[in-house]
Amino acid sequence: MAIFVDQNTKVIVQGLTGGQGKYHGLRNKAYGTQVVAGVTPGKGGQDVEGIPVYDTVAQAVQATGATASFVTVPPKAAPAAILEAAAAGVTFIVCITEGIPAQDEARTYNTLVRDYPNVRLLGPNCPGIISPGKCNIGITAGEIAQLPTAKGPNVGIVSRSGTLTYQALYELKQLGIGVSTCVGIGGDPVPGTSFIDCLREFQNDPETHAIIMIGEIGGSAEEEAADFITAHVTKPMSAYIAGVTAPAGKKMGHAGAIVSGGKGTAQGKMDALRAAGVRVGLNPTEAGALMADIVKELT
Amino acid sequence: MDLFEYQGKQYFSQFDIPVSAGGVATTVDEAVAVAQKAGYPVVVKAQVQVGGRGKAGGIKLANDAAEVRTHAGNILGMDIKGHVVKRIWVENASDIKAEYYASFTLDRAAKQHLLMLSVEGGVEIEEVAAKNPEAIIKLHINPVDGLSLAAAKKAVVDAKIPAEAQAGVAEMLIKLYRCFTEGDCDLAEINPLILKPTGEIHALDAKVSLDENAEFRHPEWAEFMATIELDAREKLAREYGLQYIGLDGTVGIIANGAGLAMSTLDVVNQVGGTAANFLDIGGGANADLMAHALEVINSDKNVKSIFINIFGGITRGEEVAKGIVEAMSRVDLRAPIVIRLDGTNAQEGREILANAGIPASKLTSKPTMLDAARAAVELAQK
Repeated sequence: MAIFVDQNTKVIVQGLTGGQGKYHGLRNKAYGTQVVAGVTPGKGGQDVEGIPVYDTVAQAVQATGATASFVTVPPKAAPAAILEAAAAGVTFIVCITEGIPAQDEARTYNTLVRDYPNVRLLGPNCPGIISPGKCNIGITAGEIAQLPTAKGPNVGIVSRSGTLTYQALYELKQLGIGVSTCVGIGGDPVPGTSFIDCLREFQNDPETHAIIMIGEIGGSAEEEAADFITAHVTKPMSAYIAGVTAPAGKKMGHAGAIVSGGKGTAQGKMDALRAAGVRVGLNPTEAGALMADIVKELT
Repeated sequence: MDLFEYQGKQYFSQFDIPVSAGGVATTVDEAVAVAQKAGYPVVVKAQVQVGGRGKAGGIKLANDAAEVRTHAGNILGMDIKGHVVKRIWVENASDIKAEYYASFTLDRAAKQHLLMLSVEGGVEIEEVAAKNPEAIIKLHINPVDGLSLAAAKKAVVDAKIPAEAQAGVAEMLIKLYRCFTEGDCDLAEINPLILKPTGEIHALDAKVSLDENAEFRHPEWAEFMATIELDAREKLAREYGLQYIGLDGTVGIIANGAGLAMSTLDVVNQVGGTAANFLDIGGGANADLMAHALEVINSDKNVKSIFINIFGGITRGEEVAKGIVEAMSRVDLRAPIVIRLDGTNAQEGREILANAGIPASKLTSKPTMLDAARAAVELAQK
């Protein structure tokens, strides 16, 4: 078991003929992901190292039966690409594109909710998802993910920051702790998938025994997650929040990461998570070490 | 990007939101000329991006040219909470019958647009929210549907806006919403939104924050961008397209990804050091970008050591390594580098660095983030 994707997930890559699309699409395929097609308007009929390219998502879906898409197209084109995938019957869309205007993001998300309620969007501006040994969609280097074991305990990872997602995978790898699924939800203002969506799935996934959550300053997603954890998550958790030293009023790279009006501070988020019973580390390594303690207690 | 009041008013005008006649001035003489055009009495307002201008003496009424000279002279160059006033806005003074508050933002928790409207305008909305929360009405708007006139009218009635102002305020909300959406604002706020004795509705202030991700479809933003106040380091970083924020410490930071960059600041702090900056070279950073990043860090005289923390996803280790080697041949780095390189093609990257013939006194590689932070802080404290 894994959440959202597994070894049977068939994936198309929107933007496969572009530089990033080709690089990461082929890497996903080399990892063992079923990358069955690419989509680039005007390039239908070509192939990228044996992967057939279609003009439209609908054609690609019809030919391959794909249910997931990896969207790696520029910010101007990404909202339309996401909606095209949804309209063609894709139910899981991973969008790594960075720099989509917030207004476009809000409209795209709400269009999906209204017109395609069964579609899950992960991202935009996220590293993607990896179920180690089964499926890797996005830009995560697969070799840093520790394979889950049959008897566990295995850990689920959910993170708002791309590189800290890798950091979390790396920490668990150093400790030899298996990962069931690692989801990077992205740091944009309107993420398609939230912490809560992932926590719910992890709570219900028999292969996941504990959860690491990586948050950052800005917004209230971590506080909302803390409320959800109190009410619904029984599996043990550790967490890390980036940005303890971030100055107020300065946007730290991500559109979402800003402490404004005394809200969205790392301290407030850590307090909320601690109150929900989560063990909070002061850096990614400490969060990993706390997870190692949890794993020891579970075995 | 936060706009100054005068820029916000210029932006409002593009969306037919009525603002007072006026103009911007950087000298006393300009202020008098603008006042003449706007018509007395005028209000002279400091243009700084900080609240509490009025209390600090940065907003004054002037009835004639002599008074404009006095006030403009006092306000230009004034320090308001660390912001030095370089520009003033001079506008025709409005007669005010009532002051309201209106704003549109994105409610990230609800993932919808949020209208906030209040009959208690003219004071900080946080104050109203704390003392008299029922005086603010909140309306969520689905971005797909937008704001209808009917919904705007209902909001106005719900907010207890008096009958004489209802139609005007509702119409204003529609215009402000258009500015917010089509104008790609993160925030579009009018406080106070005034009712004049003549019955007209008018924006007396403008607080606008633009979403820089939408810059590609707003060539008209170029003039706003030109007035962003940056220090020399930040200016250089912006030219190179780097996400950089200058800080006061001694460890220069380069990381890929906002989260990892923030985390790097945290870890440096935890091991007893101080960061000189936040710098995210982003995903897909190549050799050129890395060289530029080092150039920016090198321009900061306070930097005593440089901590490069890379975990490759899109960013490839060998590109990072090439960039460091190139930068070191191009720029004479004043501070030693401590690097921690992991993720995509990290091994290739480490080999490039090891074989580049760079002395250990200039560059050391550490296996983990904490080890690298300790080494960088130690070098900075030497």
